[in-house]
Amino acid sequence: MQIARDILLRSYRSMRTIREFEERLHVEFATGEIPGFVHLYCGEEASGVGVCAHLTDTDTIASTHRGHGHCIAKGVGVDGMMAEIYGRQTGVCRGKGGSMHIADLSLGMLGANGIVGGGPPLICGAALSHKTLKDGAVAIAFYGDGASNEGSTLESLNLATVWNLPAVFVVEDNGYGEATGSSYACAGNQKDRAAGFGMPYFECDGNDFFSVYQTAGEAISHARNGNGPAMVHVHLARWYGHFEGDAMTYRAEGEVAELRADHDCLVNFRRRVTEAGLLEAAALDDVDMAVKDAVEAAVVAAKAAPLPVEDDLLKDVYVSY
Amino acid sequence: MSRKSFRQSINEALRQEMRRDPRVILMGEDVAGGRGGTSGVKDAWGGVLGVTKGLLTEFGEDRVLDTPITEASYIGAAAGAAATGLRPVAELMFVDFVGCCLDQIMNQAAKFRYMFGGKARTPLVIRAMYGAGFNAAAQHSQALYPLFTHIPGLKVVVPSSPYEAKGLLIEAIRDDDPVIFLENKVMYDDEEDVPDDPYTIPFGEANLTREGDDVTIVAFGRMVKFANEAADRLAKDGISCTVIDPRTTSPLDTGTILDCVADTGRLVIVDESSPRCNLATDVAALVAEEAFDALKAPIRRVCPPHTPVPFATVLENLYVPNTEKIVAAVRSVASYRMKEEA
Ligand SMILES: Cc1ncc(C[n+]2csc(CCOP(=O)(O)OP(=O)(O)O)c2C)c(N)n1
Ligand SMILES: [Mg+2]
Repeated sequence: MQIARDILLRSYRSMRTIREFEERLHVEFATGEIPGFVHLYCGEEASGVGVCAHLTDTDTIASTHRGHGHCIAKGVGVDGMMAEIYGRQTGVCRGKGGSMHIADLSLGMLGANGIVGGGPPLICGAALSHKTLKDGAVAIAFYGDGASNEGSTLESLNLATVWNLPAVFVVEDNGYGEATGSSYACAGNQKDRAAGFGMPYFECDGNDFFSVYQTAGEAISHARNGNGPAMVHVHLARWYGHFEGDAMTYRAEGEVAELRADHDCLVNFRRRVTEAGLLEAAALDDVDMAVKDAVEAAVVAAKAAPLPVEDDLLKDVYVSY
Repeated sequence: MSRKSFRQSINEALRQEMRRDPRVILMGEDVAGGRGGTSGVKDAWGGVLGVTKGLLTEFGEDRVLDTPITEASYIGAAAGAAATGLRPVAELMFVDFVGCCLDQIMNQAAKFRYMFGGKARTPLVIRAMYGAGFNAAAQHSQALYPLFTHIPGLKVVVPSSPYEAKGLLIEAIRDDDPVIFLENKVMYDDEEDVPDDPYTIPFGEANLTREGDDVTIVAFGRMVKFANEAADRLAKDGISCTVIDPRTTSPLDTGTILDCVADTGRLVIVDESSPRCNLATDVAALVAEEAFDALKAPIRRVCPPHTPVPFATVLENLYVPNTEKIVAAVRSVASYRMKEEA
């Protein structure tokens, strides 16, 4: 597989940005300054980035409560995201939505989602738009192993096949829905679910950007070429609790430490591209530094940004009144 | 009697009813937690905010059932189990998730009794968290009790304190109809003296938390606390208020509300739910219809604006009714003079 240098660099930057953003949020959340619920995507970066590397702004994605990574992978800027998470007027959603509702429709980002299983039906609709408007775009639903059990998700798999939609269902299987393991909660398996709805099934290693990139590429081409929906099952792991504040007593001791040590998608990526001579370590170091500065700047700006004002409360309930 | 939090009161009510009646079972997402986990730790969460912690240990996996994330099917299963011999308490976590399972509540459980000509009993309790104040944003902060109140066949409970929560939950579990039991998520750490033994508080009997001559305040759930604070503050200025906690919105204790309004002639209603077609409009209509002659001032409603719940703290604080807004509303009706009086 040949991946152009600019795609590799862009993807690395995206993954590093997600990592830095989330690690920083983990620290900032502990200070008590960040309101509400925060669900971190640390450890899962290669999935969002490996999928979105095949997309343009015309393509649509729907995300989940664990949405920061998908937003960054789809091109939403960290300044607006950070400000949103801090509840500032300069946030991408003007402080009205917060972490769980970051959205930017101009980038084809149909929103993080507070409702598990909220995204897949919306993606059927987005795919219908793309198909009807013949814009050549695809629509991607990211959802978790937990969400794979919602009726709304299963109904969407059916509808997407019935309507032959350019939709891709990306199951991000981190083995848990909150504090419950998918070995308990998911009957059967994702592969048979895809088969049950008559769509092709692809599987990949979510700790490995190249695995995700290659696999998602095939699934997305399938959908983009008018062959109907496909499912991509990404095996990955989350490094932090379900939300910030979760003590994770349901996970074996050392589980996360081992993941960090041996299954870090960023370390894997760096090793692979430097060993193969695709990118130089110095270029990656430059990205690391630039990303660190960008996230730092986003935090500083967010903390200094103006709060929403009373007028904002009543604005934007409707387009017209 | 001992000091208990709202959280402990609910846990104790569940525990005592499960001991009393083996048909009482619990189900919901992570009501225990830890199943399928790699550490083997059971009861890892005991509910997302720890309300059902410890029940798995005492009652086991046959009676404390963790569900997949699949509200339509487990809420429906709870309804079906209720109609066939069990007495399930299903936890919906955030009441907002009713969007995923309303059919099973609205078209199924609520209607069995009537639609089947009085032949069914559906002793189902659905517990859920409601309310703003947690920066949980638009999809995790709604106060949806009017939605359920609107549906004939459902009983709807909105407890205002730890004492109320325990007695009303035990009543709910023993009741033979489907009951929606809504817990305000910012109240779980509130504490007060609560009896250790089981007790029930009947549905449809309001509680007067303050008694006064000038203004009647009807408040629901967490708003009762704010109404009490407002009444205490106003008492210092010589305005005495009656505060009514209806406890249940369905059935609604219309008699107590009308009696109090007959005495005071002035009414303020405090309701945390969206202002259109909510409990405040319902009570206002009741009083306008049944106690028109007693009124000495227009009825005032203290409600949030007709918007989704915003995320940012500043906006959320503006959104939720509070003590200051209640004080202002009471003052305005207390100082109101009819034209002919003036
Ligand atoms: C309809 C609905 N039910 C329950 C929840 C509470 N909840 C939020 S995230 C979550 C777990 C989701 O698990 P999964 O889909 O595997 O995603 P992950 O958190 O692992 O990324 C649950 C149960 C919700 N937000 N919406
Ligand atoms: Mg998961």
